Amino acid sequence: MRNSALKVEDYNSNIGTTVAPKDAKLSMAHIYIAFSAFLVGAIAGLLQGLVRGGMIELPNWLGYYQILTAHGVLLALVFTTYFIFAFLFAGMSRTHGAFSDRLRKLGWTGFTVLTIGTLLAAILIILNEASVLYTFYAPLTAHPLYYVGLTLFVVGSWISGATLLGHYFGWKKAHKGERTPLFGYMTVATIVLWIIACLGVAVLVLLQMIPWAFGLTDEINVLLSRTLFWYFGHPLVYFWLLPAYIAWYVSIPKIIGGKLFSDSLARMAFVLFLLFSIPVGFHHQLMESGISEMWKFIQTVLTFVVIVPSLMTAFSIFGTFEQTGRAKGGTGILYWLHKLPWKDVRFFAPFMGMIIFIPAGAGGIINASFQMNAVIHNTLWVVGHFHLTVGSTVLLTFFGISYWLIPHLTGRKFTPFLNRLGMVQTWLWAIGMFFMSGAMHLIGLLGAPRRTAYTTYQNHPDALVWFEGIFTNYVTIAIGGVILFVAAVMMFYNFIYMTWLAPKGDTEFPISEPAEDASETPKVFENWKLWIGIAIVLILFAYTIPIYDMIVNAPPGSPTFDFLIK
Amino acid sequence: MHLHRYEKIWLTFGIGSLVIFLTVLGVSAFAFGQQPPSHMAKVDPQNVRDAAPFDEPGLRQINETTYQANIIAMAFTYQPNKIEVPVGSTVRFHVTSSDVVHSFTIPNTNVNFMVTPGHINMAEHTFTEAGSYLVLCNEYCGTGHHYMQMTIEVVE
Ligand code: HEM
Ligand SMILES: [Cu+2]
Ligand SMILES: [Cu+2]
Repeated sequence: MRNSALKVEDYNSNIGTTVAPKDAKLSMAHIYIAFSAFLVGAIAGLLQGLVRGGMIELPNWLGYYQILTAHGVLLALVFTTYFIFAFLFAGMSRTHGAFSDRLRKLGWTGFTVLTIGTLLAAILIILNEASVLYTFYAPLTAHPLYYVGLTLFVVGSWISGATLLGHYFGWKKAHKGERTPLFGYMTVATIVLWIIACLGVAVLVLLQMIPWAFGLTDEINVLLSRTLFWYFGHPLVYFWLLPAYIAWYVSIPKIIGGKLFSDSLARMAFVLFLLFSIPVGFHHQLMESGISEMWKFIQTVLTFVVIVPSLMTAFSIFGTFEQTGRAKGGTGILYWLHKLPWKDVRFFAPFMGMIIFIPAGAGGIINASFQMNAVIHNTLWVVGHFHLTVGSTVLLTFFGISYWLIPHLTGRKFTPFLNRLGMVQTWLWAIGMFFMSGAMHLIGLLGAPRRTAYTTYQNHPDALVWFEGIFTNYVTIAIGGVILFVAAVMMFYNFIYMTWLAPKGDTEFPISEPAEDASETPKVFENWKLWIGIAIVLILFAYTIPIYDMIVNAPPGSPTFDFLIK
Repeated sequence: MHLHRYEKIWLTFGIGSLVIFLTVLGVSAFAFGQQPPSHMAKVDPQNVRDAAPFDEPGLRQINETTYQANIIAMAFTYQPNKIEVPVGSTVRFHVTSSDVVHSFTIPNTNVNFMVTPGHINMAEHTFTEAGSYLVLCNEYCGTGHHYMQMTIEVVE
């Protein structure tokens, strides 16, 4: 049976299942923190754009690198992680039934630990004791408690992850022989990815940074610390992306009134993301010494394998669009496009994200291209790149999810008014990104560094050109930043509206019917032991020899440098 | 499991381009030596000035047109802070750090590499045009990071 389309007006009919009320509370707790972090992070972003353009100066009690640390931590770590857990908890409750009281308690424990970690880190950032940016590269040193905060953050996310896995296994036990709903399958892949990835930061923070920052050890192996960080850092970006893909695969087909193109291909794409997003961290370290060309090249090749599931995703999603458009009477090569719900923000915001992912992905290919990385490494190009990927594709999808997730959880209606606000918000975000990110890419090609406060390098001509172009100009970045900030404030208002102001009622949590081929999906996809085993083999292959070499042939280590950040 | 015919074409085309692309990268790297900077030499980061070549930072001439520049990156400058070479010179930069991580970056060239304490990194560049070249640090290294720079004067 085909899903019937959800029109904005009659959106309140067609309620199948819902998120259990107690689970909705847990999910909403995450949403509150996510959007509070979002607002503060956006203020920091606005200031950064204006400072770098030489348009304002920060008061002397507020450092540029302090707000930049806050921006990275609040948006890239706090907002994303909280939103993702809100979405996954709600989705698992919706598709696999209410959590048991015991598991839900575990979920609240995860939330509490995560939040204590976040608050501790936030306090140290506010005190200017942790202006080491969200990557906290050694041997710059933050206050030791900052690393404790990060540890709690990771532990909290693991507890929450365990809650989701526990719910999945509980469901499996009660439904022997049945195929897991796609939402659950994808949630498990995402959490497994996150847990394996975090092993890297866990070793880094617990065995290297905490003993060193507290003075128990004198020196740190810098190269090893960077390698452990990027072992974690790349799958981190897939931890952001996969939940967005869940919405694309599972919710969007329902929203447009169609059905997913293929169930087995969707599962296969997630398995490939799990396998090939971890053994690839060296593509962030291409420009550094101490890692041989051979190992850098091997990991570069592995990096490019993710293109395969990305192409599969693009095919599935656009295949779904076409199938749906045609089923609704669209004909010709492109006429079916007219049949898609362009005026529905729950479709349009993620769709805008998908479109932006095309140039963003192309940029990513350039970044990972081995020698070519020298042209853009650590320039503003990179910042332009990830404001397209995470800042637009992922965020616009998360905004798109919010428009039904939040009213569903708060028992309110998704109204035409909210839809209009959302459409304007999406356009503003896209336009702001066009200016900010576009200018960042171009100015980066002219060598402008990222993570750098206002400077003209003593009026050196090579730096002054960054302030002189028509579009390729720091001022364009600032203008884009102002537009983005307006869009961010609107989104924050939408959050407030959906949480407290919208009329009471019901809003559906859209989950598509299984795809036509779902019954023939091979069982092997659910053999997690197999996939985790292969993932570990790939990781050992890509990392064992270089890490062994880093430890055995290490140069003398580095002491702490905490005075440089104050 | 069933693959749609168009999906087969799409994936074959995608994977095919990927293979060609990676072959080009690999050949240019391993047959033509266009490798990313991956120098393996090491130093004691807390005593970089104790041993050659960083006991005497600066420019050394190797042959008629080739120079080696031994440079120490530190918060928030480079030592030496200025070097001068004739037009047409090839300069091999050997750079290490005496404190935290920095970069050695010359905008509008392909010289852009990380300088991690304990390691020496290097790159080579031929300066075919006269002028003053800016060197900057594009890895955050502390409160004065945006002041960290040096210049290379390329003279007729
Ligand atoms: C109001 C919208 C935003 C504005 C105006 C903005 C602006 C900026 C600017 C100007 C920088 C560069 C600072 C520098 O390198 O010196 C930056 C960095 C960054 N932004 Fe944004 N941004 C916005 C939204 C976002 C979002 C939504 C995310 C991710 C979810 C994000 C993640 C980051 C990250 C991770 C960095 C790098 C921080 C670092 O280098 O340590 N930004 N942003
Ligand atoms: Cu990466
Ligand atoms: Cu620096």
